[in-house]
Order: sequence, then C-alpha cells, then structure tokens
Amino acid sequence: MFFQGKAHKLGAHIDTDAIIPAKYLVSTEKEVLGRSCMAGIQEDWVQRISPGDIIVADKNFGCGSSREHAPLAILGAGIPVVIAHSFARIFYRNGFNMGLVLLEIGDDVHQIDQDDHLKIDALKGLITDQSKDLTLSTAPLPEFMRDILSKGGLVNYVRERLAA
Amino acid sequence: MRRTLAEKILQQFCEEEIQGPGQIIQAGVSGVLANDITAPLAIKSFEAMGAESVFDPNRIFLVCDHFTPNKDIASAEQVKTVRQFARKMGITHYYEGGDCGVEHALLPEAGLIGPGDIIVGADSHTCTYGGIGSFATGLGSTDIAAAMVLGRTWFKVPETIRIDLEGSLQEHCGGKDVILWLISRLGVDGALYKALEFSGPGLDRLSVEARLTVANMAIEAGAKVGLFPCDQMTLNYLQAAGRTGDRELWPDPEAAYPERISIDLDRLPPQVACPHLPENVRPAEELREIPLDQVVIGSCTNGRISDLRAAAAILKGRKAAQGLRLIVLPATPRVYAQALHEGLLETFMQAGAIIGPPTCGPCLGGHMGILASGERCLATTNRNFKGRMGSLESEVYLSGPSVAAASAVTGRITDPNKL
Repeated sequence: MFFQGKAHKLGAHIDTDAIIPAKYLVSTEKEVLGRSCMAGIQEDWVQRISPGDIIVADKNFGCGSSREHAPLAILGAGIPVVIAHSFARIFYRNGFNMGLVLLEIGDDVHQIDQDDHLKIDALKGLITDQSKDLTLSTAPLPEFMRDILSKGGLVNYVRERLAA
Repeated sequence: MRRTLAEKILQQFCEEEIQGPGQIIQAGVSGVLANDITAPLAIKSFEAMGAESVFDPNRIFLVCDHFTPNKDIASAEQVKTVRQFARKMGITHYYEGGDCGVEHALLPEAGLIGPGDIIVGADSHTCTYGGIGSFATGLGSTDIAAAMVLGRTWFKVPETIRIDLEGSLQEHCGGKDVILWLISRLGVDGALYKALEFSGPGLDRLSVEARLTVANMAIEAGAKVGLFPCDQMTLNYLQAAGRTGDRELWPDPEAAYPERISIDLDRLPPQVACPHLPENVRPAEELREIPLDQVVIGSCTNGRISDLRAAAAILKGRKAAQGLRLIVLPATPRVYAQALHEGLLETFMQAGAIIGPPTCGPCLGGHMGILASGERCLATTNRNFKGRMGSLESEVYLSGPSVAAASAVTGRITDPNKL
C-alpha cells in the first residue's frame, strides 16, 4: 500500500461535525458525502483538494460523534491517508474499517508543512517528506488489526468468518 | 484480584485472562444499538458481509431518534430502511413514533441495560450507560454491523483514570456541572482511549440520573467509557425500571489507577462550556454579560425528568426573556407524560416555552431549533463544536438545566443562584 500526495495541514481537535456536518448525514454514499468533506470548517473546503492529497492534522483528529460518514467523506473527497498527532478512538476504528489509512506520529507531525509532497508506505508505517528529505515512522499496528487489514477490512473479515 | 471496574466487566465476556491495559481482547456483547443515522450504514455493511441474520433479535436496539419525526424525505427514507431491516430480522426493540425517545434516555428507562453489561452502540454517547455500571461505548456502523452478526467485538483493555467524588453538590448544581468541570480539567483528549471510573464518598449524593449525565459526556474527554459502580441507589433505579436479579458491582479494593483526580462537590459552582469545545469551561457567573437568542433543554445528556424538574423549579412563575426562544424537549414519552402529570409542561408553557417531541433534534443541528448566523444558544446538550446547531457563524454554550432555565429568564447567561 503506497501513496503519494500533497499535504493539507489541519489543526487540533478536528471534530466529526467539522468533517461532515449533520445536515449531510442523509446519505450513506461515499461520493455524495465526499462533496461536503470538511464543510464544517469551510463550505467549499473540498475544492482545494486533488485526488491523492493527504491530510496532516494535529491532536485528537476525528473527535466527537461515531458517524462512519466521516471517514467515508474523506475517502469520497479522494483523500486516502490521514496523518495526525493522535486520533479519537471511534474515528480510528472507523477509518481502519473503511480502508482509510491512518498514521499516528505524535509531535513529528509538526515537521510536515502545508503543500509538502509526501510518499507513504502504509504497511511499513513510513512517511517520506520529499520536500524536506525527511523520513518519519509510526509504531506498528497490533497483530489483530494487521489481520483485518490483510483481509481487506472488517466487512471482508466477517464475510470470511461467515463463509467458514 | 486487583481489577478496575472496566477490567472486571470485560473479563466476564472474554475467555482469555485479562492481564491489564493495552491487551487486545475478543469479547461478547450484551446488546447492540444503532439509530436512524448510523443504522442505514450498518445495514449496508451487514449486507456486504453476506449476513442473513443477527446474532440475537432480542439484543439489538434500533432507535430512530435523531432526525425524527422525519424532517425531510431523505431522513424518512433512512428510517424506512431501518424499519424494513427490523421487520426482516424480527428485531424486538425497534423504536419509532409514539414509543420512541432519545436512545440513551430510553433504553435505561425501559430496563434494557443493566450493570455489568457490555453494550456497543453506533452512537458516541452510548457511554451514558456507564452511569448504571455498564461497559458501554460508541463504535462506528461497520463495527456495529459486525457485532450484530457475531455478537462479539474486539477491545483494547483501557487504562483507568479514577475520579474521586468528595462532598455534596450545591444548590442548582447537577451531574452536568461535575462532568463539565472534569472535561475542563482533563481536556477534550485527556482521557483518549482510557476509562473514567467514578467513586468516592460523594457517590451516595449523586442521583442515578446525575450519574447518567456524567457518564454521557465521558466521550467529550475522549474516554472509551465513564463507569460508575452499581450501588443500592442504582439497584433501586433498575428495579423501578422493571428489572430483577441485578447485583451490586464494585471495582476490586486493591485496583491500581495510574491517575486519580478528586472533585470537591462542595466547592463546585454552576459551570458553562463556551464555544467551540466542551473543555472551554467557566463558572456561569463569569459569563453573565453574554446575551442569548435561544435556550434548549433536552437531549440524552439532560432531558430526563430530574432535569425538567430542575428547570421548572426556576421557571415557575417566571417568563422567558422577550425575544428569546426557549425550547424544551422531554427525552422520552415517559418523561413527557411524567412532566405533564406533575404540571411541569404547564409551567414551561406559561414561561413561553416551545415544547417539542422527544428527539435529538437541534443538539446535532438536525431540526427543531437550528441557529442562523450570528445567533447564540445555551443548551443542556453535549457538544458545542463550530456549526453543531446550525450556521458555522452561530455559537453554542453548554450547561445544566438550572443555568439554562435561569438564563432563559434573563436572556443572558445566568447563575441561578444570582437570579
């Protein structure tokens, strides 16, 4: 799982109402939700995104509600990876289950600047900031989570269990 | 043994021996919850999993409470999806219409949640049930779909922060003031991935409804659960809800807590959280110059009968300020009926309030009280994120019902002790 794209910096405590306000929760379609990604920060925020771009946020990204629409909106906007200082717990599970790659890197997040070009090896947890010739790494995922990831997400994991 | 409350409950549902925080475990669940916003996504995942039935149709709770009574065609379609799924799966606890209330007020009141249960819900405020000793936590829709199918999920055993309650609550203070103070102390990520466990000599003086309010907002500090022991007071509450066979539940006396915080209830004045994070908390008295356009009393945090009684005690014989919209949303039909019986609704109407149906409504900016740009609301709800109740240029302050009622009277944020 390799990704590359431009960094879009966001602050701390980006809540799920910022990621996808409640008025848009009348759809479960990734593409529809994606059009309103980060509309709680600025209505047309998504206009600044090109497919493949990467969000780089500070602490507690995804705090607030349990809405799975939040990682779906990010994926629907064409953003495959979020790097953050830390993630809120429910969002972390949701992102993972939806196939959104989440990398938690603590204070290292401050070394990445807006518009830096990033290259990511998700399975190894390696982030290369090509604008700075800098490589950052994350702690490895727990084994159980790697297992779900290797099966292509939670839906496939359960599907396999039911078929067994 | 030296187990925290969280570890004790998890162990009952897990075959492997719990060693301590950080361990990933597979655990069974007592109940699985979703609502009209999150269930449609869960149903989509459920179908994609190739599942044909739920693990137990009596242990799934589907509560259509967020955008109901359906605010538009799209939300009506979502409820239709949930209704059809409930029928097809033979789910007993499906709520819509006249028997429906705000999920986290409705389920404990109906006696569907007990101490020592593990409840997972596709709603972040599922942690409310910690108030009656249930390990209850929010998950996303696909995790919920998996739990609906398997009757199991996975958890990382949380570290526990112990909160010691000392003294007694002062006049016009309640559970909301306790939890707002605690969130300001911890910060909105201060308990990330952790359990909060409440106890101490002040426990006896915190009613079960106040405990539900406290546990409800544990998520606002990032916590996985906010757990209270089950004591005699809880058992009385559960018995009144029609349950039998529950027993007291306490952490082991020798349980180890890496962090402890004590709250002196005697010295806690009424609290208010300012925009745009629940951690921006100040005593209500310091905010007395802030004018308001709207006051909302309701929600899974503060829409129970004790909350309406507290608000009515202040509003009796008084009127809401000219030009201020006061909206009261009893959280469940039973709360509504009780408020009617006690004359509280009459008090609210005479004060000029709008009384709405049980619904989450304005709390998450759904309907029934959306804010225009430049408007400011004080609500007994749980989140004041930017744009939460409407326009991105509106503001939400959070408080308990007594501050909300006093503020509705003056049109400005008001400490009820100064009214």
